[in-house]
Amino acid sequence: MALNHTPQFILASDRSILVKFGHEISEEIHRRVFAFTDFVLTNRIKSVVNIHPAYSSVLFTLDLNADLNEILYLIKKSWETSAQTELPDSRHVEIPVLYGDGFGEDMNRVSQHTGLNKSEIIQSHEGGSYKVYFTGFSPGFPYIGGMDPSLSTPRLTTPRKQVPAGTIGIAAEQTGIYPLSSPGGWNLIGQTPIKIFDWHNPTDLRLRMGDSIKFISITKKEFDQLKENVT
Amino acid sequence: MSLEILRAGLQTTIQDLGRFGVAHLGISASGASDNLAMRIGNLIVGNPENTTAIEMTLTGDKVLFHSNAFIALAGSKFKIDLDEKPFPFWSGTYISAGQVLTIGPTLKGARCYLCVRGGLQVKKIINSASTHLTSRMGGLNGSILKKGDRIAFGNLDKVIQPINNMENYPYTDTTTIRVTKGLQWDWFDNQNRKLFFQKAYQVSTLSNRMGLRLSGESILSSKANEIITEGMPLGAIQIPGNGQPILSFVEHQTTGGYPKLANVISADLYKVGQLKSGDNFKFQLIDFPEAEKARLEQENYILSLKAHCI
Repeated sequence: MALNHTPQFILASDRSILVKFGHEISEEIHRRVFAFTDFVLTNRIKSVVNIHPAYSSVLFTLDLNADLNEILYLIKKSWETSAQTELPDSRHVEIPVLYGDGFGEDMNRVSQHTGLNKSEIIQSHEGGSYKVYFTGFSPGFPYIGGMDPSLSTPRLTTPRKQVPAGTIGIAAEQTGIYPLSSPGGWNLIGQTPIKIFDWHNPTDLRLRMGDSIKFISITKKEFDQLKENVT
Repeated sequence: MSLEILRAGLQTTIQDLGRFGVAHLGISASGASDNLAMRIGNLIVGNPENTTAIEMTLTGDKVLFHSNAFIALAGSKFKIDLDEKPFPFWSGTYISAGQVLTIGPTLKGARCYLCVRGGLQVKKIINSASTHLTSRMGGLNGSILKKGDRIAFGNLDKVIQPINNMENYPYTDTTTIRVTKGLQWDWFDNQNRKLFFQKAYQVSTLSNRMGLRLSGESILSSKANEIITEGMPLGAIQIPGNGQPILSFVEHQTTGGYPKLANVISADLYKVGQLKSGDNFKFQLIDFPEAEKARLEQENYILSLKAHCI
């Protein structure tokens, strides 16, 4: 393992440690963050109560009795071991999407910003190859990379009070899915009929860190057939 | 054995010490806002520290006990009576079936805890009964308690010896909150750091269990207003573009994109749970060894209470 691959280990608070792999968003850094996260979720470190992966870092939070220096040492050890292990397999997940058709309220806005017509937007969005960099922020929320930059559209100046679960949107250079209904300022272009997050099974996420995603355009009839009871 | 809410408080929730191990799924721990008060309250009635209890905010509830119970109130003092007679805080007290405990507005801090010997019987999700209001998860249907809610208690078989007379409960001085340097400390120049510690901040009305929005001196980053999204520690003090700090609390988002200037030390997080809108306080910078010392002192204090329980 090359020396310049050694991450930084930084105290974030008296109960948390940040392991930082770089200062940018890239596939290469993501692979290292993913491999390390997968390792520490499988090989749990005693007294670590939570693990927060992100684009280029992993935050560890500790219980009230843990010795900060001892856990710092154990985290470094974990990284050394994980650096020798294989990258976990990436899953391939297909997400059916009904574009527009009552769910793409902001299709016209995206069209105005990008200069593309509706079918070009759908074609471009559906044609991309996407990656879940991590889940975080709120329950089941996937940070998705890989959208064609030509689809970039600024967020709404006034967020909507309620966006339904499963809505597909565009926020600046990113695309994403709302796992739960929530307020939001994204440009809405479609809706998936499948449950991204299920309260009855919260640990079994439909989209997980490291997944490759393909959006598949479906018809209203297919949407109605696939519709799951999303709460 | 059960109790019933006859009149709901302002924001009453079922809590324990939090739901852990799922931050990588986007679910933060939640749990008691004043974790110290809940731990002590549970010890007073002879429960393990992490036993499910009731958190009341600003105004408490009117509670009817359908069965005999042994209870304690912990945290900030609220106006309280049992069948119109005075009722103590920080003291294990027997209640008879049919008695009504009326908890009114706070007399000082934001929160108090009702701990019942044997614990509340609430379905656990991922090993915790804690309500996560923002995510509508845990507790009773992920919601605040409402009039007519009935909660069973006393099913716990691992109760320990209660502390009958507790003389020195912790005094909560919320005028100073101690912090260590945050992950983006270097993004702020000396002038802005000085401003941050110089004057008091006021807790704004837009504060909740997810975070406290503070108003006071505007702090400017000398680098940028956004970072590459990274994990968010409990107690992180984030500085958004408008310069008004946001203190991440128990229902915080698991990751965030604002630079973090400082972080509340773990031994002072319970004080944050007692802050209410309109309160003024100052931040004080300490180093990591001092924070470690403060944590150990607090844990030793809990251990000394436990020593009485055996």
